[in-house]
Order: sequence, then structure tokens, then C-alpha cells
Amino acid sequence: MDEAGNPGRETHQKEPLAAFSGGGNLGDQVFRVLTAFFAALAVLVLAAMALQMFRAALPSLKQFGWKFLSSTDWDPVLDSYGALPYIFGTVASSILALLVALPVALGTAIYLAELAPLWVRRPLGILVELLAAIPSVIYGLWGIFVMSPWLRDSVQPLLQKIFGWTPFFKGVPRGFGMMAGCLVLAIMILPTIASVSRDVLLAVPNSIREGALALGATRWEMVRKAVLPCAKNGILGAVILGLGRALGETMAVTMVIGNRPDISWSLFSPGHSLASVIANEYAEASGDLYLSALTELGLILFGVTLLLNILARVLIWRVARGPAGARN
Amino acid sequence: MPGYFRRKTFDILARWGSLAMVMVALVPLVAVLGYLTYKGIGGISWAFFTQLPKPVGETGGGMANALSGSAILVGLAGLIGLPVGLLGAIYLAEYGDNAFGKGVRFCTDVMAGIPSITVGIFVYGLVVLRMRRFSALAGAVTLAILMLPIVMRTTEELLRLVPVTLREAGLALGLPKWRVILGVVLRTGASGIATGVMLAIARVAGETAPLLFTAFGSRFISLKLDQPMGSLPVQIYTYAVSPYEDWHRQAWAAALVLVLLVLALNLLARVITRQPGSGR
Repeated sequence: MDEAGNPGRETHQKEPLAAFSGGGNLGDQVFRVLTAFFAALAVLVLAAMALQMFRAALPSLKQFGWKFLSSTDWDPVLDSYGALPYIFGTVASSILALLVALPVALGTAIYLAELAPLWVRRPLGILVELLAAIPSVIYGLWGIFVMSPWLRDSVQPLLQKIFGWTPFFKGVPRGFGMMAGCLVLAIMILPTIASVSRDVLLAVPNSIREGALALGATRWEMVRKAVLPCAKNGILGAVILGLGRALGETMAVTMVIGNRPDISWSLFSPGHSLASVIANEYAEASGDLYLSALTELGLILFGVTLLLNILARVLIWRVARGPAGARN
Repeated sequence: MPGYFRRKTFDILARWGSLAMVMVALVPLVAVLGYLTYKGIGGISWAFFTQLPKPVGETGGGMANALSGSAILVGLAGLIGLPVGLLGAIYLAEYGDNAFGKGVRFCTDVMAGIPSITVGIFVYGLVVLRMRRFSALAGAVTLAILMLPIVMRTTEELLRLVPVTLREAGLALGLPKWRVILGVVLRTGASGIATGVMLAIARVAGETAPLLFTAFGSRFISLKLDQPMGSLPVQIYTYAVSPYEDWHRQAWAAALVLVLLVLALNLLARVITRQPGSGR
């Protein structure tokens, strides 16, 4: 695993020794149980997280039921809470970010895994992974002082001039808002999708490439007709992983999205997201029900990203970790 | 061959097209690092590293509180998270070829994708509510949990690169397996462990969101673990969204320091071990 959530660089050879527990030696038994305990701790933490958040969200779950998902109220004074604007903001910004990042990420992955000259692969790959290493809050800082003013002064007026008649580019160009949020998200999920897809592509057996080339395919035809079909599930996994990351991304989004719970078609209008409302209000939440409602937002986020990650890992593991004999 | 020219053209287009995508992907990296250097370098001074923040409205002051806070939080998180992660990794690498190992591996992979802010919520309920206040301890526990999947999986992958023959040689000399692991595998895989540790530290050093309601923040240098504590990323956030010009300047400087630290750790980790998978 690297910071990009990179699962693909599997080097699992079947090791006969890994099955050898060390026999009856007491020291071996103790050591084995000890390390197993710490390995299990990771699983326990995940389970404890789910349990703890569910328990903390219970008052809000009981009070609002399913209406929590469809209500647009968010009123700490009247203790009435609904998640719809936040869910909308999270989903809309993440999906738009995915649309922006996907072509770039796939092009990058294909270049790094298949088409680039060997000597540039490693340095370029490291540069792409560095993009994932930059902390979220720094993208946010950059978004506030560089990207948003640029959007406000150059990009958005231009877009409005050309596409102003559609509902997507209406309103005053502010810089901050949905568009800034989705762009900064796109930048942040790009390295995840690119480096996981690259690793998935690298896991495709060379015999498949050789077969295609031997039949007279060009390099690109080899990629498109032989390698990509083999890797498509893993790439789908990478995309889902990117989506999960976008949904939960907090700081960079909250710093540029405008933090107003509006539901609007316009990319210029401010929005909000599940993660950013938690970041903004959790420390100050005073009432029990208020805290519980915020926790329920977190629970929604946790549940959705958990499912997406499970799905993504299953898809990626199938490709990248397939039977050892099928790889060379 | 009539189709040949067309096919060749497509091939060349695809090569240049995908290269163009790589360039697009690197634009943000250059833009962010460029602006950080341009705006941040002026704010870095002796005072920045040694002084406490001045009261609102006064210019000057520094971020000594945030720097020391970050060091304490990350250090404490390492004390909690690294042993767990490393021992877990040893299990996965040395005994993990069974259903339990597979399950643990899957869970840690999934855990790596869980939003950090939800970990903050978990620790809020676990530590902050019980202690009835924000504390450095809560922040450190949060960061430790975030470290766990990174340390475990990176270290496991790299320990697996230690040749089987070395293990066999140790066993053939009559050492019990646990001695082989401690004396041979860990020693040979030391660079791999260092890589895992550095990547984990780099990852959590910039973590902001969950700290907002666990470690909270503080304008003073404090060593008390049951009190709120400042940190570099949280201070960057607070300063960036504030209306004060001088705070913005300091936010850029702090961001430059943070990025240099994180990138240096990342590059160092990659230099130490040439990781498998990043090239054929």
C-alpha cells in the first residue's frame, strides 16, 4: 500500500514457508499468536468503528428514520435535521470529479504501463504518486488563493458567455462553489485511479501482449484489443476506489465548495458535502441530537465508502492477484 | 497494405495522446508546488519556527506551537500505531497464507479507503467524549488508526521480497522460526520496514480533518497529552480561511514546510527500496 491506496504491486509468490508454522516450539507458538493478535486488531478497529458510529447515530436514526435522507432541513436551533443537500453535494461533486479525472487518469495509466519508453516509466510514475502525497489541506489552500480566483476571473465568465443558456452555468461567477469543488476533487483522485490502473495493467500477463504483437498488432492495438479487455474489471475497481476517495475527501472540498447547503443545477452556485459539514460543525455541536445527526452523516459516508471499497478490492484482487501460475 | 498507414497513425496518435494526458496530470503538481514556493518562501524566517502566534490583528509571530504539536502528535501516533502495524505485517508476511491472513489483508485494504474524517468521529466517541475534552491523545489515536493499514500492507509487501532461501538457511541451522524472523527476515527487510514507516508518517503528517475535533488546536506550546494541541495542517486551515493578510502569508509558509517534509519522506522511502510494480 502506498499513499495512493495502491493495492496492485502484489508480489505474492506462493511460499511454502509461510504455511510452516514453526512446529511445536513454544517460542514459535507464542510469537505466532502474538503477531496474529496484532493483525486481528486491524479488523477489530474496523468493526469497532462501525459499531461505535452506529450507536452514536442511534438517537438521530430513531428520531428521523428514513426522512433524514430526504429532508432538506438543517436547523440546530429547532433540532430538525435532514441530509439531502449534503448527500446531493457529495454525490454531484464526486461524480463530476470522476468524469473530469477519468480520461486523464486512464491515459496516464496506459502511457506509464504500456506505451512509454522504459526509462521514463519510473520517474513519471513517482511524479504521479507524489501528486497523491500532497496533503488535502494544501490543495485547499491553493484552491482558495489560486484556483478559485482564476475560475472567477477567466474560466467562468467564458463558460457563461458560451453556455450561459444552459442551467449549468447560471448565476454570478464567484469562483467558490461546485465547480471549484469538483475540480479540486478531480486533481486529488487522479493519482489514485492512475496508479491503481497502472498496477492492474502491469499485472496482465506478458504472454497476452506477445500474442497480440505476434499477430501483427501495433502497440496501441495490443493495448486496446488484448490488454484492456483483460484488465477492465481491475480498472473498474480503480475507478470505484477513486469514487470512494472523492466521496470522503474533506479539507480541500470544504475550503472551496462554498459551504452552503443549496441544491442547484448550476456549477457556479455554492454547495456543501457530508464530509465538509462534519468538519465544520462537529467540534461545536452542542446538543445531543445535533451531534447524533452529524454522526449519522458520518455513518452514511462510512457505509457507502465501505461498500464501494469492498467492491473495488474484489474487482482489483481478481485481476492483480489472480492465480500465481497465470503471471510471469 | 492499405490499412497499414491508418493503423500506424492511430498508434502514434495514441502514444502522443496518452503522453499529453500525463502532462495534464502533472500540471496541478507543478502549479501547486510552484505557487507554494513562490508565496511561501517569503514567510519562512527564524521567527516562523521559534515564535508563538501573535494575538489577532498583530503581524508577526510564528508557528512554533503547530510545529511542536505536529511532532508530538505524529510521534505519539507512531508509538501507538507502528508496533501494531509492524507485528501485524510480520504475521501477514510470515504466517498469512491462510483464510485469516486473507481476511485481514482485505480488511486493511478496505480500511485504507475509509475517509479519515470518519476515523475522527470514531475517536471522538471513544476518547473525547469520555475525557470530556479535546486532547492530544485523541489526535494521536486518530493518526495511529490512519497509519495502520499503510504500515501493515507496505511492510508486508516488502518483507515478502526477502528471499525464501535466507529463511531456509536460518531454519536449516536449527533456529526456531521466530528467531529466523527476528534475526534474519527483519534484518534483511529493514529497508522495507523503514519505507513503510516513512510512508505512514508522511501520510498522517498532513492529515487535517479528523484533528479538527480530536486534537482541536492550541495557540501555545504544550506537552500535556490530555489537553488540546495545535498541529501544522490544522493551523494552515485556520489561517487560510481567516480574513487576515498576515495569516495567509503564514499559511503559505507553513504549507511549504509541510509539503517539503511530506515529499522528502516520500522520495526517501522510494529511494531506500526500489518498489516492485513501478516499472518492469
